[in-house]
Amino acid sequence: MAEFNQQSDPDKRPLTAKVQPDGRPLSLKDCEKAGGYRAVRAMLGGMSPGDVTQRVKDSGLRGRGGAGFPTGSKWSFVPMGDNAPRPKYLVVNADEMEPGTFKDRLLLESDPHQLVEGVIIAAYAIQADIAYIFLRGEYVLAEERLKTALAELRAAGLVGKNILGSGCSLEVHLHTSAGRYICGEETALINALEGRRANPRSKPPFPQVCGLRGKPTIVNNVETLCNLPHILNNGADWFKGLSLTPNGGTKIYGASGKVRRPGLWELPMGTPAREILEEYAGGMRDGMKLRAIIPGGASTDFLLESQLDVPMDFDTVAQAGSRMGTGTMIVLDDQTCPVGMVHNLMRFFAHESCGWCTPCREGLPWVEKILAAMERGEGQPGDLEQLARHVTALGMGLTYCALAPGAMEPLGSGLKLFRDDFERHIRDKRCPWS
Amino acid sequence: MPTLYIDDKPHTVGDGLNLLEACLSLGFNVPYFCWHPALGSVGACRQCAVKSFQNEQDKRGRIVMACMTAASEGTRISLDDPEVKSFRAGVIEWLMTSHPHDCPVCDEGGECHLQDMTVMCGHNYRDYRFPKRTHRNQNLGPFINHEMNRCIQCYRCVRYYRDYAGGRDFDAQGSNSRVYFGRHQDGALESEFSGNLVEVCPTGVFTDKTQKSHYTRRWDLQTAPSICVHCGAGCNITPGERYGTLRRIRNRYNGEVNGYFLCDRGRYGYEFVNGGHRARVAMRRAEPGSLVPTAKPLALPRIGSLLAGGARCIGIGSPRASLESNYALRKLVGAENFFAGVTAAHQSLTELTVHLLERGPAQTPSMREMAQADAVLVLGEDLTNTAPRIALALRQSVLNAPMKAAASMGIPDWNDGALRVVLQDQKGPFFIAAPDATRLDDIATETFRAAPDDIARLGFSVAHLLDPKAPEVPGLDENTRQLADRIAKTLAAAERPLVVSGPSLGSASVLSAAAAVANALSTETRRAGLSLTAPECNTLGAGLLGGGTLEEAERALSEGGAELVIILENDLYRRADHVFVDKLLGAAKQVILIDHTLNRTASHADYFLPAATFAEGDGTLVNSEGRGQRCIQVFMPTGDVQESWRWLRDLGAAAGKWPQTEWENIDVIVADIAAAFPMLKGVRDAAPLASFRIAGFKIPRQSHRYSGRTAMRAKMDVSEPGIPTDPDSPLTFSMEGFAGPAPASLASFFWAPGWNSVQSINKFQEEIGGALMGGDPGVRLIAPELEPGRAEYPGAIPEAFAPRPGKWMVVPMYHIHGSDEMSMLSAAVAERAPAPHIALSPEDAQLLGLGEGEMAELNIDGEILVLQVAVHAALPKGVAGLPAGLPGMEPVEIPAWGAVARRVGS
Repeated sequence: MAEFNQQSDPDKRPLTAKVQPDGRPLSLKDCEKAGGYRAVRAMLGGMSPGDVTQRVKDSGLRGRGGAGFPTGSKWSFVPMGDNAPRPKYLVVNADEMEPGTFKDRLLLESDPHQLVEGVIIAAYAIQADIAYIFLRGEYVLAEERLKTALAELRAAGLVGKNILGSGCSLEVHLHTSAGRYICGEETALINALEGRRANPRSKPPFPQVCGLRGKPTIVNNVETLCNLPHILNNGADWFKGLSLTPNGGTKIYGASGKVRRPGLWELPMGTPAREILEEYAGGMRDGMKLRAIIPGGASTDFLLESQLDVPMDFDTVAQAGSRMGTGTMIVLDDQTCPVGMVHNLMRFFAHESCGWCTPCREGLPWVEKILAAMERGEGQPGDLEQLARHVTALGMGLTYCALAPGAMEPLGSGLKLFRDDFERHIRDKRCPWS
Repeated sequence: MPTLYIDDKPHTVGDGLNLLEACLSLGFNVPYFCWHPALGSVGACRQCAVKSFQNEQDKRGRIVMACMTAASEGTRISLDDPEVKSFRAGVIEWLMTSHPHDCPVCDEGGECHLQDMTVMCGHNYRDYRFPKRTHRNQNLGPFINHEMNRCIQCYRCVRYYRDYAGGRDFDAQGSNSRVYFGRHQDGALESEFSGNLVEVCPTGVFTDKTQKSHYTRRWDLQTAPSICVHCGAGCNITPGERYGTLRRIRNRYNGEVNGYFLCDRGRYGYEFVNGGHRARVAMRRAEPGSLVPTAKPLALPRIGSLLAGGARCIGIGSPRASLESNYALRKLVGAENFFAGVTAAHQSLTELTVHLLERGPAQTPSMREMAQADAVLVLGEDLTNTAPRIALALRQSVLNAPMKAAASMGIPDWNDGALRVVLQDQKGPFFIAAPDATRLDDIATETFRAAPDDIARLGFSVAHLLDPKAPEVPGLDENTRQLADRIAKTLAAAERPLVVSGPSLGSASVLSAAAAVANALSTETRRAGLSLTAPECNTLGAGLLGGGTLEEAERALSEGGAELVIILENDLYRRADHVFVDKLLGAAKQVILIDHTLNRTASHADYFLPAATFAEGDGTLVNSEGRGQRCIQVFMPTGDVQESWRWLRDLGAAAGKWPQTEWENIDVIVADIAAAFPMLKGVRDAAPLASFRIAGFKIPRQSHRYSGRTAMRAKMDVSEPGIPTDPDSPLTFSMEGFAGPAPASLASFFWAPGWNSVQSINKFQEEIGGALMGGDPGVRLIAPELEPGRAEYPGAIPEAFAPRPGKWMVVPMYHIHGSDEMSMLSAAVAERAPAPHIALSPEDAQLLGLGEGEMAELNIDGEILVLQVAVHAALPKGVAGLPAGLPGMEPVEIPAWGAVARRVGS
């Protein structure tokens, strides 16, 4: 577990409390000894679905997939009661494909039971009958460990029919993705799960009302769900108290790039980026200087070195002009070409466009080709204007989903922050770093 | 009726529209690609962007997609806002990054929606300087040419082919900028409606492959409004001609009939007009079996003197000839000597069809109404093969019931993307009873496979459950009774139930049972529809004129003293077995055949007079809805070719029956028909009179861009001939004439400035997807006489089908490509037709020791056919299927019992 080596601390770091030094997950038996499924047992023993939803609302838990939508509010759109359409579905978005993001992988590989416990809780809250874990296809170790965990749970009667004699039933299925970034978009994920092309769907109808196979469906991120057992066990106020800012809980932050110790750390929500980078990631490698970071996966705006004191939470990073996103930072150093970095990202996004709407399908490859030309020393006057035009024209609302607008965040901010570097590529007809 | 503010001016629009539909209905030019009026909105192409403002104070606004935004009261938008205009131009520029700009060699050029939209958006200089992505093309069969490099990924093709037409062998493949639209591998498209891709595709990815062999730009085509002649559905078409050959068929929008789509038989069956089977001069028999040309001025007096000689002359009409031609023949020979041109079995079914539609109380619906049904029972028809366009309409009907649920979630009916999410695989009630699998089974709630008599019994029992006054079916088995009960309950609960049947099983009981169900549903109101298919383009028109049977015609010749027979557009060898037809023709002293195509009957003719095809003459056809529709001459034929009714007029004049000036144009003969047959008087309104003018002008058949007028004939003669006269319509064979919109039934083409593609139809509709301005063409001739609640239940209930040892009930099986006489003369259609075969159930095939492809002998009343075996899993035991109308197969009267055996020696 090169990327994670924090000490277990259940009080301060609930999400990683059961992560073993060797990264291997606990068996169901050991997991239960360590407090696993206590929340489920307590919930089935005396909480109503409404109680669970209220507790999660009170905790202020916000979706950890990147958008930060309040989880309890999302659940509350699901039709409840005897007349609600059936079956209802809970879908785990474990299709972690955001560049630079590997936080869910830690949770999936090292504590699959924590996720399934969260699944049972969320499913109970919305009275879902069936749950799917939509897992990134490349996460083969996670797949293996989830399979083992689910087998243990079925044998123990913790999933399946009549869980622990409560009268509640939940089938949990593991689905490994055929592999597209767009499957992280919840409606494209649902289409993929139905065997359709992974294109995002028209909204409304929203999945909470009309999702998988036309039935009410909640799609939650892995890290989001992993918080649920702890919120149920310890209460909403405890959860809020974990955080340094009003956005409650802890957050699994990460850093990649030319830092000394790339990795993941569970820290209080709102830990400043500088603290994460300097204290936990160990600062920059020798002889390198930090120029900027992309704070939360590839589809967020660059933040400059001067902005690193921003507390990393949903609201504050937004005020600084970017987004926390997944909270896993990609670090740009002074010896790496920012144009090359943006080009690398654009190549990814152009490749991962689903091909449904024109601006994304045709615009991203164009952007990619311009940046590639600049890197080859074939940039031309007018290229920066063309890129800027794309930043505007691929904005939110102009495309069908958020993929292209997300892709434009590093491009748009890169064009502003590294203008000189872009211009030099064209002027000098070469990449200054090559 | 909400009020919208478009660039600050108020406009009132219809309810329930999106902004794109609203703007187009108001006549604004808003560019679009992925939206199609029949397919709805999905918001993929982002081309129809408009600026939306929250209120009068909002000056900033935000860009929204017109197709995805409801046109609600008080909506404020701008089409001219510079930001949104620039965005729209940018969308075109994106679409053009990989488009090959091969317009000069593209078949779509000149009628390309992509060209039109590009010009509309003002994009004219491309900044993209990188390589274009390229694709490999596929061989998609004889109908469609595939050129994927032109694709702009609007997804219309796949949405049409899969979602609308139910095809499964075509899909969007791959992702990102390499999305590919095609089949998993090369091969003919399986859908019977694949040809519509040509019109659905906004550019030249899918083009008409048959047109390629005689390609002509749209602006060089001479066109006129016409009606498809390949089945009884009566789809409206626009045939295009140049240099005397028919180049293609395009759909001609009629909101009540075919809307935006045709079937492949209708689109590709036209080559018979150009084919080598045509004769264009009058001919007489020189020696047995050989016809030689003769001069028309010689032939006419000779035939005239035969007719005037006092010998009895009979006429054999045709369900594929126009009302005018059948009427003219009847007038020439007299009603007592007029025979309808089909055998007694077929004539009685046509008469029954007419009777059932005339009595009611159930009403026959248009195709638009059929698509709006919310519960359907199909009794005995494989509609995709007998009335294909009706099958396509019915495929849409299954969305209606689940769409009510979507409406309750606030999803408007135009929001196709959202609808498909809500609907998933839900389908409204749709029951099919047929002997074999049909191409609509995939949408069926339940299917019932049985012999014709059992299908009729199912229908009668449904009728009895709906209305106790309908007779009860004795001895019904429990399974059928329960199915009848489910069908009856479903139909009773529907708002717009529909029963569809027809004569294709050759069963009067099935027809009567279908009518009984529809009538039993009409005890209080006329909510139920009854649609009965018609096998040929004028089956119903000929049926309304009446006439004797072929058997009676034969008796008139062999026993009744008739010596002459005039046969109208009819190959009798397709109507009955050759022994009977030989006898009929042999009994006549003189056989006069008026037809456009040299067929087997022609080889027995003493005189052959070349008739005009639908494209070369004027006439009225009555479709299965009872709608009288006018075919207007597209081009002037060569040689002696003229409408059959004109030949008959000439023969009558030559015989001294009437003056040469009789029926000087179609209006006169139509007036005669109206006077003689009061129920047909509506046909006078099928099109305006020939004297109709707009501001003193005729209506041109050629576009104002028609090229080469003075050069086309220059190799023959440098002096330009005068424009041929057209006595029958207000159209002229010219590019000159009234340049504005013509009445719908006379519109030779649809064109508006900036709209050169088929999408120009937007400019000619009262509301997008609605009726053509001034009303959809055609006149409904039949209205049911009976009031609701006064249903009659004629028709005897047949005994339950009982298999006979060693015998099979042989039923006809129709094929869209194969069963129709004329379309099989088109090579492309013939390529898609099956080989002659006999269909057997797996159980029966096993019993007979016959496997797929092995040779069997079928013996029906001593008539022996040698056929390949095709094993059909869905066929019930004891029932065998025989293809109807396939060339090379002797016609036999079926349904009938037959014996099947392994062919001796095979």
